[in-house]
Amino acid sequence: MPEQDTKAVRRVAGTGVPLRGDDIDTDQIVPARFLKEVTFDNMGKYAFYDARRDDDGDMNDHPLNTYTGNVLVVNDNFGCGSSREHAPQALMRWGVEAIVGESFAEIFADNCKSLGIPTVTLGADEVDEIQTLIEDEPDTPLEVDVEKERVVAGETEYNADVTDAQKEALVEGIWDTTALMRSSLDRAKDTYDDLPYTDW
Amino acid sequence: MSERTLYDKVWDDHTVQELPNGQTQLFVGLHMIHEVTSPQAFGMLEERGYDVAFPDRTYATTDHIVPTEDRSRPLEDEQAETMLSALEGNVEDHGVEFFGLDSGRQGIVHIVGPELGLTQPGMTVVCGDSHTSTHGALGAVGMGIGTSQIRDVFATGCIAADKQDVRSIEVSGTLGEGVYAKDLVLTIIRELGVEGGIGYVYEYGGEAVRDLDIEGRLALCNMSIEGGARAGYVNPDEKTFDYLRGREYAPSDDDWDEAVEYWRSIASDDDAIYDDVVEIEGDGIEPMVTWGTNPGQVVGIGEEIPEPEETNDPRAAREAQDHMDVSPGDTMEGVGVDVVFLGSCTNGRLSDLREAGRVLEGTEVHDDVRALAVPGSQTVRSKAEEEGLDKVFQEAGFEWREPGCSMCIAMNGDSIGDGELCVSSSNRNYVGRQGSESGKTVLSSPATLAASAVRGEVADPREVF
Repeated sequence: MPEQDTKAVRRVAGTGVPLRGDDIDTDQIVPARFLKEVTFDNMGKYAFYDARRDDDGDMNDHPLNTYTGNVLVVNDNFGCGSSREHAPQALMRWGVEAIVGESFAEIFADNCKSLGIPTVTLGADEVDEIQTLIEDEPDTPLEVDVEKERVVAGETEYNADVTDAQKEALVEGIWDTTALMRSSLDRAKDTYDDLPYTDW
Repeated sequence: MSERTLYDKVWDDHTVQELPNGQTQLFVGLHMIHEVTSPQAFGMLEERGYDVAFPDRTYATTDHIVPTEDRSRPLEDEQAETMLSALEGNVEDHGVEFFGLDSGRQGIVHIVGPELGLTQPGMTVVCGDSHTSTHGALGAVGMGIGTSQIRDVFATGCIAADKQDVRSIEVSGTLGEGVYAKDLVLTIIRELGVEGGIGYVYEYGGEAVRDLDIEGRLALCNMSIEGGARAGYVNPDEKTFDYLRGREYAPSDDDWDEAVEYWRSIASDDDAIYDDVVEIEGDGIEPMVTWGTNPGQVVGIGEEIPEPEETNDPRAAREAQDHMDVSPGDTMEGVGVDVVFLGSCTNGRLSDLREAGRVLEGTEVHDDVRALAVPGSQTVRSKAEEEGLDKVFQEAGFEWREPGCSMCIAMNGDSIGDGELCVSSSNRNYVGRQGSESGKTVLSSPATLAASAVRGEVADPREVF
């Protein structure tokens, strides 16, 4: 059995990028015309490609142009829409290592977990407070502690929510589930045999 | 055991084991793949030296990047040619059945699976595409997945999944003339919000849902994800069994009775326990259209566009109204139209073409409107041509194209121009979705779209019949 090459992601520390707005969809995170590549290698340069440019193609004041942090701080239903893993791939390759938000679309959160990127949630007021703090003071240290389920922004500590599966997967370093499940292939074959429709 | 929903039963039947990370290893009954989200997963698989564990549960087609006009090879768009060639190589190497451009069965994954009988009640269906929820219309549990999860399914035949809650959505009454599953699902998303379904699987029931034919149910379940629910389903019934009988990959006559017995057994129990129940009245639903830039920003065709302050997100509503150039208090009816796009995994089926055709027969598309009809699959296209629908569309002034995702996602060269407004039978009205950052999308049913094409402005199909 090949060894699992994933590592534990217990804690991410750095600075933040406040990205305000509900329902930011994956078409905004990576516009569809950049999906026509057979690898994810170039995705970093496509992160929020259109949103970061004005009508003339010049860079505007989008948060990804004005901040350099590794923790994205977002609002409600972030990553809704398409299932494209290109979206978290783009954010990761741009430099995002953790995302704090009010809520996340499910497929997006799953994709983040597959890449070892924590998606932890806080209340709307708390997210707003942290976004404002970063906007006022971009160098404010930010820490996302998956294991202790907390976010520390400057001097303030917040109790965050991390789903059990995500916590377990990231803290124990078993977020890459391929090798884990491949080692039980015989059990999957049993399930296959038990399902009536596989014979029809 | 009783008190279980279809989702509970499908979950139990497909559970391989509980994983040490707290998730469930769930067997995948049908894995559909396409050219955009699979090549990276094949790459990861090969890096690790794995084969595809269950090639007989895996089927491929090509839809996102395929041209809808000239499909001669090599494709004119080099990137598209590279993606298609990569898929062709991968399915060959791994023994996966492929419905390619010359197969006569190529089409949008979520059209192809059901119409070939690959999708069956009680299955888990996954695909690297969020609209996999579509397959729930046949009583399956369909879930969109990302590329790393595609790798999981290739290598193990399974996904690592967290069980969701189930929300029962009961739709009472009868949908009126000119009102379709699309209008119903837009109503549901408006009621429950684009994020309302996070953490839930939607079970659609009630008289108005039972009355829908299977193609209507496919449109309904298709847009579950637009309401935040990764999966949505309708319990299988006689209509489901009738729909499947005789389809290419459906159980043969020898297995039929056993299959139907199983399919009946996996429907939700009468005393099933739901985590949430929502009731929607089907009777009063109008033809619905979007006024904004997400699929929850919806009004009835003759209803006033809301004040931003009346919505749950005034800032987003204001931005959306700016983008769409519409004003609160006005109606969407009468807004000028530049393009109409009939197609997509939501409304690219034969019944959709028929409903639009019924409006268009003997009339013409407005001079200022560019109109595209893109059948969802080669099967749909050839059946439509047998009925003469291609003539109806062409005589009315529509372009009759080859099947694919086309202008729903605008990856294949089909796109709207800057500033143009498109009435579209697709599922997403996000900014930029149809290929132009300044373009505008109004989602509607095929009938509303056809009426709008004729009038040159957003129009009520009930007035055009």
